[in-house]
Amino acid sequence: MPACGDRTLMQPLLQVRDLVVEFPTRRGTLRALDRVSFDIAPGEVLGVVGESGAGKSMTGAAIIGLLEPPGRVAGGSITLRGERIDNLPPREMRKVRGKRIGAIFQDPLTTLNPLYTVGHQLVETMRTHLAIDAAEARRRAVGWLEMVGIPAASERIDAYPHQFSGGMRQRVVIALALCAEPEMVVADEPTTALDVSIQAQVIALLKRLTREKGTSVMLITHDMGVIAETADRVAVMYAGRVAEIGPVRSVVKAAAHPYSAGLMASIPPLSHKVDQLPQIDGAMPRLNAIPQGCAYNPRCPHVFDRCKVERPELLQAPETRAACWLFDSDAPRERAHV
Amino acid sequence: MNAVSRFLDSDLFYSFRRTPSAVISAVVAAVIILGAAAAPWVAPYNPFDLASLDLMDAFNPPAFMDEGSLAHPFGTDDQGRDVLSAILYGARVSLVVGVSATAFALTVGVLVGLLAGYAGGTVDAVLMRIADIQLTFPSILIALLIDGVARAALPREVHDQLAIVVVIVAIGISDWPRFARTVRGSALVERNKEYVLAARVIGISPARIMLTHVLPNVLGPLLVLATLNLGLAILSEATLSFLGVGVPPTQPSLGTLIRIGNDFLFSGEWWIALFPGLALVAMVLSVNLLGDWLRDALNPRLR
Amino acid sequence: MSEPPIFEARGLSRHFDVSKPALQRLLSREGRRTLRAVNEVSFAIPRGTTMSLVGESGCGKSTVARLAVGLYEPSGGQALFEGQDLAEARKSAAQRRRMGMIFQDPYASLNPRWRVADIVGEPIRAYGIAEGAGALREKVGALLRQVGLSPADGNRFPHEFSGGQRQRISIARALSSNPDFLVCDEPTSALDVSVQAQILNLMKGLQRDLGLTYLFISHNLAVVRQVSDRVGVMYLGSIMELAPAETLFTTPRQPYTRALTEAIPDLDMVGKDRQPVGGEVPSPIAPPPGCPFNPRCPLANDRCRSERPALIPARGTPETLVACHAVEEGRDSFEARAAA
Repeated sequence: MPACGDRTLMQPLLQVRDLVVEFPTRRGTLRALDRVSFDIAPGEVLGVVGESGAGKSMTGAAIIGLLEPPGRVAGGSITLRGERIDNLPPREMRKVRGKRIGAIFQDPLTTLNPLYTVGHQLVETMRTHLAIDAAEARRRAVGWLEMVGIPAASERIDAYPHQFSGGMRQRVVIALALCAEPEMVVADEPTTALDVSIQAQVIALLKRLTREKGTSVMLITHDMGVIAETADRVAVMYAGRVAEIGPVRSVVKAAAHPYSAGLMASIPPLSHKVDQLPQIDGAMPRLNAIPQGCAYNPRCPHVFDRCKVERPELLQAPETRAACWLFDSDAPRERAHV
Repeated sequence: MNAVSRFLDSDLFYSFRRTPSAVISAVVAAVIILGAAAAPWVAPYNPFDLASLDLMDAFNPPAFMDEGSLAHPFGTDDQGRDVLSAILYGARVSLVVGVSATAFALTVGVLVGLLAGYAGGTVDAVLMRIADIQLTFPSILIALLIDGVARAALPREVHDQLAIVVVIVAIGISDWPRFARTVRGSALVERNKEYVLAARVIGISPARIMLTHVLPNVLGPLLVLATLNLGLAILSEATLSFLGVGVPPTQPSLGTLIRIGNDFLFSGEWWIALFPGLALVAMVLSVNLLGDWLRDALNPRLR
Repeated sequence: MSEPPIFEARGLSRHFDVSKPALQRLLSREGRRTLRAVNEVSFAIPRGTTMSLVGESGCGKSTVARLAVGLYEPSGGQALFEGQDLAEARKSAAQRRRMGMIFQDPYASLNPRWRVADIVGEPIRAYGIAEGAGALREKVGALLRQVGLSPADGNRFPHEFSGGQRQRISIARALSSNPDFLVCDEPTSALDVSVQAQILNLMKGLQRDLGLTYLFISHNLAVVRQVSDRVGVMYLGSIMELAPAETLFTTPRQPYTRALTEAIPDLDMVGKDRQPVGGEVPSPIAPPPGCPFNPRCPLANDRCRSERPALIPARGTPETLVACHAVEEGRDSFEARAAA
């Protein structure tokens, strides 16, 4: 199944097909991701949005091979430039992670080792993955710190993570994720822990660097504003499935799936005051109580009989692809338009 | 759903069923506790009934040896006492002392810990420094000290009557700082949680907040600690009794029995010390394994 | 003025002693260190309105929230509840019941060991509002219905609810003593956006129906714009700008307010780049002399670096109170921008 229209000609960098992640528990197996499919093209920024528990972080963790046990990939495939990476032994996966896929997490302290200087960590990472000597690695490490905007980089290189502020630490993490020149970066809520003014700085930095290096980015966040400014395309996730995927402008301005439309509408605008914010009633179902058919059907204002029985796959909508029966051109529609 | 079926359906019980060491420990502990509690009814003889003792029965070996008989499955001691019966009665004393000492330490520790954790500041500093000083003394030393003072201060008959209470207090006093520190630590965390702030906004009194809000939320770690401490308290009592400063010989505990047996260990009558020793090991080990399981099961990070 | 404002802060300050323990201090020859979390803050909230405080983490907005319900004692200045000293007012249960608080974390704000009915009923029992078990149950049921839950939910435990539902429970608890004044400390920042809209709509509806007065604390400017009548922007413990909500968002005056409004990622900014404000928030333990924003401010001059600006009516928009020398001196080219 080819991805979105204008990118079909380009060989995708990352292909995720029908990815299923399961968690065995005592009360049966929970499906955290249910047949998730999407592509990321070289140099593209794919935003992944959704509410907590929608499976967006889980998707990122599955791609970099860091699912928390007992979670496991139970179906589907993840391929990086045509090469399967979802079934690699841990040793091989460690090589892919770092060298080919970098990772940035919400809390910089989960990535940085508090016992080593940031310079040491940059040099180690580069020397593990690139064929360069120690002097060259150190020279490049200073360069990376300058690039991510650490003042007095040649001195700060010998500082420990705790000697940096939160925003500066996240800059170091970005340098660490990019220094081995990976083809792609998975950034999971990279700015959520930061203050608004710092958040803008970090996003601008991430955007600039990945554009310069031609690195693809999977940007996972709950903040639609960040996605709108940064992403080329957006995947909206709901209850472990992709509800809609398409160009960022279309998803933000003209979402096809009723869930994405509701989600965008419920974001309070900064530009004006509204009397009553549009809201989606109810809450996302828990993993052990996902309804039959479309997972969104109990909250959907456009629900009809088929939605309660049959699960929709991603269908071609006017500007995007949406998992919604409203866009099934083969079957007679019971409702005309959204 | 009633309480029993809710318990059977709970995550705790599920984790229990899935942990073989916990199940085995629970069975062993249950056998020992039931046997000890029902000693007067299940023990073949009453080892304290001097009239029933017959010196002709002294030093009978256990039943599985050539000269042994089923009348005394674990043999008899130098007085002709049935070792199995002595163990059952001795376990009773050990358990009573262990449980009471733990309960004593728990009560003192919870009160001190809650007070220190909630009051903070100077009160906290003073109470915790006392606990620190207490912790630098080996508990056995404190127990010996209290026992010595009690012996010196009380007339002999009174002391013999109160011996068990003295042992309980001695062990309890040496163990309370552990509880106090745990409760204080948890109370410090809980008191800054928003549900406690909500109660403060309403104007609920600090004492009430501590008892109705904070205490129920520190029960988990407290239960684990109490279980582990029970094993230690039983051991402390056995050590004290072995050293001859514990319970009086008229009410022998497992420790007393081991001390008696110790005299015969190298003259061939090994069973007099060995079987009470095994009973002690089984009791403490099963309690400790249960405590370990409980700690893991209640730790949300390991779940 | 016939009626005093429900809540008023007059030069309110709160300092925290963050010194190391005495022994360590002695060894390393350090002095005491004081964190000035809130520094001479003044504002008033008229009855039935919403006043918001916005700012980044560490700006002191949550400390003001806690001062406003008496969880902290002021280090200086005064907190007044209907013109009466707050600490004095809180000594009487009849006054105390008229104020309540809604917290940020829907997971930490409900006692996990209590049933929902007991949580919501706690203030009712504490203030003796309903007589007898039947009346209590009825009142709790009505409160749960009021926040969009069902009376049967009272028998369940907090962990059985989603974040949004827990926040509804938290609101029901705050409402249960029939309060007039609610302090809401980041009530939606832990929630997903679609649920955030539910909670904001619920809070607005309750304000309309019950005539509530809110002190609303948030770091989210868009949310603040939706709920507020007046907004105070805080930075390093001080209010930098205080204005009617519409004025603040249409004509922000303080350079910090302007930087903040421009930093918000916006749905209308699809694919656009922006020049974010540089620098970081200084430590409130060692704030810069003069205006707290001066190290990051493009308009800072020597006066800004030495003299702390007072909160005074702004030139051009007198309904705005602003603490800025540049605005006072006309160095902020406000007239030029307004003309453009």
